[in-house]
Amino acid sequence: MFEPLLQLRPQGLHCPAGNFYIDPVLPVARAVVTHAHGDHAHVGSGRYHVAAAGLRLMRERLGAEAVIEAHPFGEPFTLGAVNVSLHSSGHILGAAQVRMAHDGRVAVVSGDYKRNPDPTCAAFEPVPCDVFVTESTFGLPVYRWPPMTQVVDELLAWWDECARRQVPAVLFCYALGKAQRLLAELAERSERTVYLHGAMLRLVAAYRDAGVRMLPTEAVSDEASGRNFAGELILAPPSAAGSPWMKRFAKASTGFASGWMQIRGNRRRRGYDRGFVVSDHADWPGLLQSVKDSGASRIYVTHGDGDALIRHLRELGHDAQPLAAASAADDLGGG
Amino acid sequence: MQRFAALYDELDRTASTLAKREAIAAYLHAAPAADAAWAVYVLGGGKLRRLATSTEMRRALAASTGYAGWLIDESYAHVGDLAETIALMLPTGDGSLAQVSVREWMEDKLPALARLDSPARIAQLQAWWRALSPAQVFLLNKLITGSLRVGVSQRLVVQALAQWSGQATDLIAHRLSGDWQPQAATLLALAENAGDDEHLADRPYPFFLASPLENAVATLGDPAGWLAEWKWDGIRAQLMRRDNHAALWSRGEERLDGRFPELECAAFSLAHDGVLDGEVLAWDAPNATPRPFTALQKRIGKLKPGARLLHDTPVRFMAYDLLELEGVDLRERPLHERRALLANLLQGTDPALMLSPT
Repeated sequence: MFEPLLQLRPQGLHCPAGNFYIDPVLPVARAVVTHAHGDHAHVGSGRYHVAAAGLRLMRERLGAEAVIEAHPFGEPFTLGAVNVSLHSSGHILGAAQVRMAHDGRVAVVSGDYKRNPDPTCAAFEPVPCDVFVTESTFGLPVYRWPPMTQVVDELLAWWDECARRQVPAVLFCYALGKAQRLLAELAERSERTVYLHGAMLRLVAAYRDAGVRMLPTEAVSDEASGRNFAGELILAPPSAAGSPWMKRFAKASTGFASGWMQIRGNRRRRGYDRGFVVSDHADWPGLLQSVKDSGASRIYVTHGDGDALIRHLRELGHDAQPLAAASAADDLGGG
Repeated sequence: MQRFAALYDELDRTASTLAKREAIAAYLHAAPAADAAWAVYVLGGGKLRRLATSTEMRRALAASTGYAGWLIDESYAHVGDLAETIALMLPTGDGSLAQVSVREWMEDKLPALARLDSPARIAQLQAWWRALSPAQVFLLNKLITGSLRVGVSQRLVVQALAQWSGQATDLIAHRLSGDWQPQAATLLALAENAGDDEHLADRPYPFFLASPLENAVATLGDPAGWLAEWKWDGIRAQLMRRDNHAALWSRGEERLDGRFPELECAAFSLAHDGVLDGEVLAWDAPNATPRPFTALQKRIGKLKPGARLLHDTPVRFMAYDLLELEGVDLRERPLHERRALLANLLQGTDPALMLSPT
């Protein structure tokens, strides 16, 4: 099937009519990048178009030399024959959906997105379109996010309990997006200082520069060796779990903040004491709502195992395909 | 069931046995005795007989959610636990049954579920799910499917009961062994001070099970300081004779009365009362060797074995320890002393009772 606005190529998702790529994994001449996570923003391309709200983070990721054009949300710009605009996806600070209009047809690539409120970034904006590309990281009905107030209650109770037991509380979470969201959510309810793993320092600073209100933070590495972290909350990326870095936190209670923690087995297999269900991706109702809101006649599903979502959407009467179906090979096949 | 659901949550979220023990002990203090008795029962691995099939539960889920069977199956495959899958997929219930006690679920509601026909059972499950919070739906499903899987051993339950009651763990284990029934009175009886003749009650001692060696064999020291026993392929059991009454208890702490009449009969050939720890084995008499476990299985299944089965598949009790003699608890005495007393006791008795070779 030929889709003039979208073709999956080895470099990434290509827009033939505009001659640019979205989140290319290999260097290309012109890239539109949805957000600054490492699996979406890759170095080496000639020119980048990003959302203005994410410029600072994108600069962190792509380096000082990268040629980056920043575009405010909703302001159209032209690439080739395509009218392009970026719209908030609610995933992390500056994360964008890409709207492409050409020849009376509109396609929207949602990138990663969520529908739940997040104090660190603008809310997801539903953008009507003909073709909607959705992620499906959590594409099963067992994933429904609890209200954030409930998760914050659990986090604070855990922190208090660790303080009572005089042990450190080490919370693992992704360094970009999740850490800042937790610090911002906790800032509504607490004023205590949180200690950060080195991988989070610059990213937290970038969020502060963007005006996001968060709990006060200190670097773990700035504390004297032998410092007792009993009763303190420490944020660290999941890669720090089981590393020598953890030796500073004797008898620590460990937690992981992730949508995957919705499943008991995931928490137990990974050996965390506590799991906190908080995700920057859409849950199952969020995915279905977004497909409905788009009004699109064709849905492409990407990321994770999208088979269940695709089959379910088809049973609901949508024309849903895996994104791999939008490949150049199909074009040559004369579809 | 709210309090028990909260306990489950607490047990589930910690890997520390100490924290688990404290959580159970705190629950025992807070919960009504009849509920706590059932909690002790299910945490220790007790279950009601199968109440609903997994197919019925999946049908009920499909009816409650409107999801297609394939989507339910895929979700179940992803989660790996049906009770949890159901709790995660259902619309949130209204909580109107939240106050129903564990006792009422276990004694009234769940046994009534088992008596319904299949369509009525599916409808009943849906009605209950609509009236419970997700955490309670999960726990109810766990009680129905009969496996809590929350990392609590019988031993840990005993320790928690000991902490709660202030009684010693071996006394609690002793009182819990056998066919302990979960009731308020039996729970409270666990906490009472021991009478002098308590061990004479009709109960086996806690079984001291073999466990694999964790360190190198060399760390055990001089082999001469050890007594090696064969590992037999039978049923671990205690054969007891007290006050002219014989009983056989399996390691699963079930009474085996009537299944092995030749052993109960042989117990009366002992010169003194006593409790023997050993193994029930199917026996090849002509060759004087044990037979494979499969031979014994023919006997295990028969509540009242006929003459032919008794003749074709005879059993022996291979005794390796003497736990009690003439009403005296020997467990604090050294093993070599107990062995000597055992050998003495077995001299000239019915050949169905054997002294284990070492």
